[in-house]
Amino acid sequence: MTDAAALLASKRPDLSRARINRRYAAEKRFRLYGLIAIGAAMLMLAILLSTIVAKGYSAFLQTHIALDVTFDQSVIDPEGTRNPQTLARADYRGISREAVRDTFPEVTGRRDTRNLYKLFSTDLEFEVMRMVLADPALIGTTKRVWVKSAADIDMLSKGYINRDLPQADRRVNDQALGWYDKLDAEGRVSRLFNTTFFTTADSREPEQAGILGALVGSALTLLVTLVIVFPVGVSAAVYLEEFAPKNKWTDLIEVNINNLAAVPSIVFGLLGLAVFLNFFGLPRSAPLVGGLVLALMTLPTIIIAGRSALKAVPPSIREAALGVGASHMQTVTHHVLPLAMPGMLTGTIIGMAQALGETAPLLMIGMVAFIVDIPGSITDAATVLPVQIYLWADAPERAFVERTSAAILVLLAFLIAMNLAAILLRKKFERRW
Amino acid sequence: MSLDQPVNDSEIMETEIKVSARGVGVFYGEANALRDVDIDFRQHQVTSLIGPSGCGKSTFLRCLNRMNDTVDGCRVVGSIVLDGQNIYSKDVDPVELRARVGMVFQKPNPFPKSIYDNIGYGPRIHGMATNKTEMDEIVESSLKLAGLWDEVKDRLDEPGTGLSGGQQQRLCIARAIAVAPEVILMDEPCSALDPIATAKIEELIDELRQNYTIVIVTHSMQQAARVSQRTAFFHLGNLVEQGDTEQIFTNPVDDRTQSYITGRIG
Repeated sequence: MTDAAALLASKRPDLSRARINRRYAAEKRFRLYGLIAIGAAMLMLAILLSTIVAKGYSAFLQTHIALDVTFDQSVIDPEGTRNPQTLARADYRGISREAVRDTFPEVTGRRDTRNLYKLFSTDLEFEVMRMVLADPALIGTTKRVWVKSAADIDMLSKGYINRDLPQADRRVNDQALGWYDKLDAEGRVSRLFNTTFFTTADSREPEQAGILGALVGSALTLLVTLVIVFPVGVSAAVYLEEFAPKNKWTDLIEVNINNLAAVPSIVFGLLGLAVFLNFFGLPRSAPLVGGLVLALMTLPTIIIAGRSALKAVPPSIREAALGVGASHMQTVTHHVLPLAMPGMLTGTIIGMAQALGETAPLLMIGMVAFIVDIPGSITDAATVLPVQIYLWADAPERAFVERTSAAILVLLAFLIAMNLAAILLRKKFERRW
Repeated sequence: MSLDQPVNDSEIMETEIKVSARGVGVFYGEANALRDVDIDFRQHQVTSLIGPSGCGKSTFLRCLNRMNDTVDGCRVVGSIVLDGQNIYSKDVDPVELRARVGMVFQKPNPFPKSIYDNIGYGPRIHGMATNKTEMDEIVESSLKLAGLWDEVKDRLDEPGTGLSGGQQQRLCIARAIAVAPEVILMDEPCSALDPIATAKIEELIDELRQNYTIVIVTHSMQQAARVSQRTAFFHLGNLVEQGDTEQIFTNPVDDRTQSYITGRIG
């Protein structure tokens, strides 16, 4: 036996129970740490989501009060033409206030009556008008309709106002409390689904504020971003990965793209402000500019994701295509790009989700404005979901607290939907080699 | 002689020279991977390139259809003449060349598409079929020639990647012959296959010889002996010896060839 073999033969592996147990114990510990880490992450997520849901779910309901409204033909449409323009000009304030007074015949005096109106949303007369416009058959009848309460009454109804506080510290005084309790006892108070929240834009009055304006603003902004970022990102990734010569210049470009991905988003906002607004004179607060800024911000992410998707296509596929006489361009467009597309789409959707949640750069280009109209085009003033959340979080009214959380829920729903789409796309187009 | 006539062994030496390489060298950057290779490939013959790993035989094979063009920093010197034209001259388009010189790779690499599309892709990009019927004919005859038709005729719409390894490799051969090449290059086509699949491919190579000039790189000397009429031995970037397969394996001239085929170097 040689020396080397003798030496090795003298060293036997230590297969003792204790040593093996130590090895297994180490593995168990490691698994435990992993479980603890995952558990902690899940717990945080659960706390986050549950607090948001707990705070926000009540915003999806709105306190409504039943009013017996007399749709008087002589007031609304004295000539009986049913012309919408005539109908829209009628004195709905009078009609609705009369209905309010009729509900509380015992309340007299100017000040008390005025306080009585404050139980209801300032939108009351327009609500009545919309009812008539939607259904002219109401004219000439008296009907019990559900109208929105004022935000304070809504808060009272949802139990956010402490009745035990002294009157001076309470948003709803004793008089209004008494009226509310009377209505409640008569079964005239009900919390109905808050359609307003999903059909209007921002408002100073919480009960009239909605998410639709911000939602449309976000959609328009993302549309602009997508239209710019997808073709540019994919072309850049394809060129850099497949066609560009590998030299110092392309290295420099690559480093710069990677750096751009790490630039704070507010810097892109400043760039947008300086270039798109000041230099090109594009409209302020517009989804067009927001989309351009977010496109600049998302582009590096999409280029990087696109390049790694292209890199992941096995070289054997390229060789196969080249081998049957496909040109470089044909190889890329017929084989490499389709195979890389799921990865590129995933990268794009993740980039878009990032853009959807972005606030800072949009503040710089004026999308933080208070906008009560739902934007109709990419040049209209608009705001977006995260900025709307920021605005509402800043608002002093108690009723905006729940709306902030509700808006967060809507934003989260969209983010989850987009990420789900990314996962499904990847699953659908995933290929094995 | 016409291409569809079978050639018998006595005629082998008289067949025309299809490809002839003179002074071919390959550089990867500064490294000289292949030096001064002179060799002829004749029509209706299978030529085996053998040699130990890293000897340059695959590199040389990839010069024959300018596949090395796609490798960064790769430079080819010397001339390779196909039918009287230097394929490295400026007026030869490498894309057109690769349609004339088909290639089968080491690992079966069907496109992740249907069997039909795998075969149809080449003819489609080269405009070989004007309608569906012509394309069907090309696909059918390519698969028949590759001996795969009976196995796949009922599932042409299924993905080519779902076939077995041996079937995939025959699919790749069918794909290569679908564009009507004159020369077929095979880079260790059986190295990923089991013996039964290998036997089928070898049989196929022998049949294809009637219509094509075939160059095959192989690590198996038995395979070289079984399928090829001529053999060339590469060692450390040099073409050491070439000749009739029988002569190379029974009576090699060079000591290195002798050592390799008897298993002393490799």
